[in-house]
Amino acid sequence: MSAVIPVSHLQTLRMNIYRFNPSIDDKPYMQDIDIEVPTDKDIMVLDALHLAKVKDPSLSYRSSCREGVCGSDGMNINGKNGLACIMPLSEAIKRNKLTLRPMPGLPVIRDLIVDMKTFFDQLEKVQPYLITKSKNPEKERVQSPQERESLDGLYECILCGCCSTACPSFWWNPDKFLGPAALLQSWRFIADSRDEATEERLDDLEDSFSLYRCHGVMNCVSVCPKGLNPTEAISNIRNKLISRKGS
Amino acid sequence: MKVNEVINAKDLPVMDFDGIIIGGGGAGLRASLQLAESGLNTAVISKVFPTRSHTVSAQGGITCAIQSDDPDDDWRWHMFDTVKGSDYIGDQEAIEYMCSEGPKAVFELEHMGLPFSRTKEGKIYQRPFGGQSKDYGKGGQATRTCAAADRTGHSLLHTLYQANLKAGTKFLNEWFAIDMVLNEDGAVVGVIAFEIESGEIFYIRSKATVLATGGAGRIYASTTNALINSGDGIGMALRAGLPVQDIEMWQFHPTGIHGAGTLVTEGCRGEGGYLINKDGERFMERYAPNTKDLASRDVVARSMALEILEGRGCGPKADHLFLKLDHLGPEVVHKRLPGITELSKTFAGVDPAVQPIPVVPTCHYMMGGVPTNLNGQVITVKEGQDTIIEGLYAAGEVACVSVHGGNRLGGNSLLDLVVFGRSAGIHIEELMKQGIELKKASFDDIDKALERLNRLNSSTKGEQVPVLKQRMQHNMQNNFGVFRREDLMVKGIEKLNNMRGEVENMFLQDKSSAFNTARIEALEMQNLFEVSEATAITANERKESRGAHARDDYPDRDDEGWLKHSIYFSGTKEVSKRDVNNRPKTVQAFQPSVRTY
Ligand SMILES: Cc1cc2nc3c(=O)[nH]c(=O)nc-3n(C[C@H](O)[C@H](O)[C@H](O)COP(=O)(O)OP(=O)(O)OC[C@H]3O[C@@H](n4cnc5c(N)ncnc54)[C@H](O)[C@@H]3O)c2cc1C
Ligand code: SF4
Ligand code: SF4
Ligand code: FES
Repeated sequence: MSAVIPVSHLQTLRMNIYRFNPSIDDKPYMQDIDIEVPTDKDIMVLDALHLAKVKDPSLSYRSSCREGVCGSDGMNINGKNGLACIMPLSEAIKRNKLTLRPMPGLPVIRDLIVDMKTFFDQLEKVQPYLITKSKNPEKERVQSPQERESLDGLYECILCGCCSTACPSFWWNPDKFLGPAALLQSWRFIADSRDEATEERLDDLEDSFSLYRCHGVMNCVSVCPKGLNPTEAISNIRNKLISRKGS
Repeated sequence: MKVNEVINAKDLPVMDFDGIIIGGGGAGLRASLQLAESGLNTAVISKVFPTRSHTVSAQGGITCAIQSDDPDDDWRWHMFDTVKGSDYIGDQEAIEYMCSEGPKAVFELEHMGLPFSRTKEGKIYQRPFGGQSKDYGKGGQATRTCAAADRTGHSLLHTLYQANLKAGTKFLNEWFAIDMVLNEDGAVVGVIAFEIESGEIFYIRSKATVLATGGAGRIYASTTNALINSGDGIGMALRAGLPVQDIEMWQFHPTGIHGAGTLVTEGCRGEGGYLINKDGERFMERYAPNTKDLASRDVVARSMALEILEGRGCGPKADHLFLKLDHLGPEVVHKRLPGITELSKTFAGVDPAVQPIPVVPTCHYMMGGVPTNLNGQVITVKEGQDTIIEGLYAAGEVACVSVHGGNRLGGNSLLDLVVFGRSAGIHIEELMKQGIELKKASFDDIDKALERLNRLNSSTKGEQVPVLKQRMQHNMQNNFGVFRREDLMVKGIEKLNNMRGEVENMFLQDKSSAFNTARIEALEMQNLFEVSEATAITANERKESRGAHARDDYPDRDDEGWLKHSIYFSGTKEVSKRDVNNRPKTVQAFQPSVRTY
């Protein structure tokens, strides 16, 4: 476990954590938990949470891969969404403080755990899978390295939700505006040379709310832990819709 | 009914399915896809949202003779490498099936949309991996691992999830399976599980249950495995009186990042990287003159451990080695290994295009598991005879079919997942078409599966999970690591023995019902403990060195005594032997010979 640290070089860190347990608490509150962190090496926010959980086993958060690839532990770290497992304390701590809250805009289930249902419902609306109509060849569908390259920056999404829960348009209309993550996935399939449903996909996006609520604030880009660019994907979809009308 | 009450079988609500799949990783999702497309009433239960499963972490690729790189490549060569890699205790019929069916399974993934990297001609890109050869070891290094950059597992898992969405699979996401229900005939008739968010608990009744719960790398202190890899399926099987096979066989991956445990793929060496010691020497040239850094994993891991033991390790404590990639140039490093670049920067503070990555052999993969046949049906051994357990299947890392034997080759696990996930799905589909009755379980049978939960919910004192987990992990790390010997193992087994009471009666302080991760960690800890004890006892019984199991006190392979699978039951804590299958259907069996690389 990452909680194993030699005792010699330690200092106290005060964590300030959002707490809410629906079976006990009427309303959420912020709790201070002091933990001992090493001074001679950086640890991640997730490691700090493990240390806090040793002190208070009722503290709840999601985690799985602990290396930034599974998308479990998106949370709001000192005011900015990110993944706890790849956010070093040295980068996270501001003015000697570490405040952790659940990602904003979604219902809180418990402590740092949010209900991602709306997020996944929106994702499913864009039909996030390859649609082909032609018969599958015996071997692979041929795709040139250049065609494949247009999927870079799209297929790597880990569905952590950091972007959509940082997007003001998603906060106000989470059931109507698809949000950056779903739109990035939509573009991932439109951009795939093997997909054969581009027109249908674009038809579905004509509705003004699903796409046009994006005002280009770029919050999504600035928080994405994988360095992806949903804003660009959204403008690519728009351009495609416009050029389709033009022709 | 909530998970924090003391529960009686007769009060427990029931859900009914034709088939349930416990696990939403690569193996589970391949099986579920087969079933969803057949229109049966099935569901996937996963303790995490499926794309958070450990398969997402797989980097390097999926090995298969699809002939992109070499039009003459042959699945029989892949089979030869896999048999040799297994140190001859992989079942040859299963390996034959995997290697020959593999291309179909890989092209299926491509058709579902998996964004493989591409060759100039637009075919699936392949890279060389360790232990790969052409022409039955005589034709030099092969290039056989199909890759999507170094994010193959991510691409594979997301693609399978997408295909399942398209097929309309029913998901019970963030549900935790506690124990299986077996009836008086020993047939499996479902599982006890609860929804983590609400704490609502059910008896999920089904005609077929698939264990696809993945590995258990968290029994060791240092591992490449996700935090959730707690061997729940192994724990469930052992508690149900079923055996595990070859559970002493744990793969230590040569290149875990020093200090963090996170993996950097063998694909790094496939792309031309190599290991150096403190003198800058490419030491693998000494240990494996032909294949060097691409020798089989067990060979490389042992060589590294020896370098460190003999004082040629790097760093102030001389406790690691360096993986050198900078000579490949930023173009190759950033294009072919973008994920590795990210991980190295985050967890080692180095850009591999400029500096070497500090690495050390790290627990990675469980070769053993629940024994199955080619259809994924779970097998037990009764009076020396294989017997099929009705209603139960297993696939993926939790299973031992056995294609990996004593040592898995890189890229063969992802292939194992899709080939045998699919074959389990197909078998269940056929069985359902024939029409089978749902078997009954008595309240007693169900109460048995609730025992563990009820004990935890009634606990008022005892040891806490983190303390027990740390003790167990260090014990495993120190006494059952890369090199093993009797005196240390006996000590280690005794320690585990002394812990059992504490693990069974640990204290759950937080008894709340909604998204209580403390309860889950406690249940997982009990599973980890079962895997640890099974590993420890079996490792001590196998008195030879084979594959990943290297003993100082028995340094040689003993084909006379141990060209066998080990079989372990936790009830008696006894280890017996089971024959290796040396009867492939279409080729001659490969005979054991000395393994050199
Ligand atoms: C870092 C890393 C890199 C790797 N790279 C490669 C590679 O390049 N090529 C290769 O071939 N192999 C690779 N492997 C190995 C391979 O990734 C794994 O063996 C494989 O992904 C296991 O898949 P699985 O479907 O069996 O299980 P997993 O993907 O681990 O899924 C297990 C599933 O079971 C569920 N589950 C478990 N317990 C319960 C429970 N009690 N209740 C409900 N649900 C439960 C989980 O939620 C999860 O959905 C790698 C492994 C690691 C650690
Ligand atoms: S750029 Fe668009 S999608 Fe991104 S945060 Fe702003 S409004 Fe939301
Ligand atoms: S686009 Fe980035 S922030 Fe948004 S869900 Fe995907 S990985 Fe997370
Ligand atoms: S735990 Fe997987 S992304 Fe952080």
